[in-house]
Amino acid sequence: MNIHEYQAKEIFKKYNVPTPNGYVAFTVEEAVENAKKLGGSIWVVKAQIHAGGRGLGGGVKLARSLDEVKTLANEILGMTLVTHQTGPAGKLVQKVYIEEGADIADELYLGIVLDRAREMPVIMASREGGMEIEKVAAEAPEKIIKVAVDPFIGFQAFHGRELAYGLGLAKEEISSFIKFAAALYKVYMENDAEMIEINPLVKTKSGAFIALDGKMGFDDNALFRHPDIEAMRDESEENPIEREASGFGLSYVKLDGNVGCMVNGAGLAMGTMDTINHVGGTPANFLDVGGGANAQTVAKGFEIILKDPNVKSIFVNIFGGIVRCDRIANGILEATKLVDVHVPVIVRLDGTNAKEAAEILKNANIKNIITASDLNDGAIKAVAAAKGN
Amino acid sequence: MSILIDKNTKVIVQGFTGKEGSFHAEQCLAYGTKIVGGVTPGKGGTEHLGQPVFDTVREAVVATGATVSMVFVPPAFVGDAVLEAADAGIELAVIITEGSPVRDMQRAKAYAVKKGMKTIGPNCPGIITAEECKIGIMPGSIFKKGNIGLISKSGTLTYEGANQVCNEGFGITTAVGIGGDPIIGLSYIQLLGMFEADPETEAIVMIGEIGGDLEIQAAKYIKEHIKKPVVAFIAGQSAPKGKRMGHAGAIVSGSAGTAAEKMEALSNAGVHVVKSPAEIGTKIAEVLKK
Repeated sequence: MNIHEYQAKEIFKKYNVPTPNGYVAFTVEEAVENAKKLGGSIWVVKAQIHAGGRGLGGGVKLARSLDEVKTLANEILGMTLVTHQTGPAGKLVQKVYIEEGADIADELYLGIVLDRAREMPVIMASREGGMEIEKVAAEAPEKIIKVAVDPFIGFQAFHGRELAYGLGLAKEEISSFIKFAAALYKVYMENDAEMIEINPLVKTKSGAFIALDGKMGFDDNALFRHPDIEAMRDESEENPIEREASGFGLSYVKLDGNVGCMVNGAGLAMGTMDTINHVGGTPANFLDVGGGANAQTVAKGFEIILKDPNVKSIFVNIFGGIVRCDRIANGILEATKLVDVHVPVIVRLDGTNAKEAAEILKNANIKNIITASDLNDGAIKAVAAAKGN
Repeated sequence: MSILIDKNTKVIVQGFTGKEGSFHAEQCLAYGTKIVGGVTPGKGGTEHLGQPVFDTVREAVVATGATVSMVFVPPAFVGDAVLEAADAGIELAVIITEGSPVRDMQRAKAYAVKKGMKTIGPNCPGIITAEECKIGIMPGSIFKKGNIGLISKSGTLTYEGANQVCNEGFGITTAVGIGGDPIIGLSYIQLLGMFEADPETEAIVMIGEIGGDLEIQAAKYIKEHIKKPVVAFIAGQSAPKGKRMGHAGAIVSGSAGTAAEKMEALSNAGVHVVKSPAEIGTKIAEVLKK
């Protein structure tokens, strides 16, 4: 799960990770109020969406008067922001963060993620702050300093020194940088974060380090022990159909093709999409019905797949393990009574009790249901059906 | 021969009396697996599925001589369960549980390594040595005895791959579902090494997925150490690019983790890479008939 910048900064503050002062606003009036509360003569108006690259997309602007705060908030609230991470459709901005200005001397990058290969958190730092870090990694990987922290010993001063000297910081800056990094590591570990990125991490003219931005993602499997973070979930940032599907234990992702897919297991679901491509078709979606496929989940699956008007056929590919195929076949028959399935459904059931399942489908004699003998056969039939053959 | 487990392997079940643990332990017993007991704190001294129940893993190990634990403990407690198994001297923990926090598994894995305990999973179907010993949730009937080793990140693709291999008239020595979580136990490299050393295994099927770089590491290893033929499929060629907000994970490994990248690395290592999972069986037949 991801959260907004203003929420990440709330967490930072609890751990004494320095951030500029600011308040979130849902309306233009609120934005102006917030600017007044902050005082000073310079403010930053920042679009709050779950994507990076907001500045380049026009979602972060500097205001030098309260009037300008009003104009900019008016402009940004309600805009559809397109960045390299939102996709071409962009994201609707529903809230802005009003923040005090900072006197920037230098912009750095600091992030923490899990290094899967080393199986421990790794802190990454770079002098190339404010840039797309993906670009830095691709073009000049030597400019990113990486320090892995073994959680059995936790963050130690030497980790901080490796980062600080790697960044070439001045002598008098080192101790405050180490303090900053130590606090951020604590944020990462204690909140079961999956990743934290601060880009840019600003060095002020007085030599202090401040998190000018903050991005955090969390391990969904650990949210049960962080109700405070779960409460930060912004459902408007999630795809409504994907959210509806997940409510029924289905994992759905919409794609651009015309062959709908319903499969058990994520790996086989991807493998099914690959097979459809391989035989000359295009998958309309990824859909994993999970281990406990039954009539209700199958019906819901049909309903969700058919929300996409591009779908011309549906390939149901189930490898029955512990779940017996005959029960799934009955589930499919029941599901067709619950939902109006108006496109051909190609069914491939394999594994435990596959023969009985084939009999059930054959005897039901529903004209829209076509049985397939294996994965390849099913994919070929589904692609042909989508083409109207 | 086989790898890791055979008909003599003594197994205990952690989370033995729970709904999932009970159901699958019963299936394993029916398959012939030597389940010699189980652990459920608070139920020690009772009997379940005809086997003794213990309060702690240590007691279970002392009383039964079990060397392997099959773990069905719920996600919130699975980290603790794996630490307990490692501490009690279990040699291999097969962790079926889905949804365990990454942080907990990271700690448990590190401790397991320190204690010399191997782990498989979490979030995996388990391991099966065909017609001898099943430790997991896979449908045992599709795994006919034979000479192909199988390693897969995905559960249902394990079944799909094994089924095709058997339909072509071949069979399986041992099949291992390694799981797709960020932190997993035994991975391709260790298992490839074990299959290479197993005299009964003639060829290896390796099934991977997009994300991470385990398959890339495996490709390097295969090039240098594996002489037996390897057939591979990587799921997710047609998956859209990650919709995740941050891409920092990919920066760490220095690879984007795409299917194309992995397939190329494997091909370059001499692996027989198939583009569709439907071709796993026929490719094995083709490779072994040469």
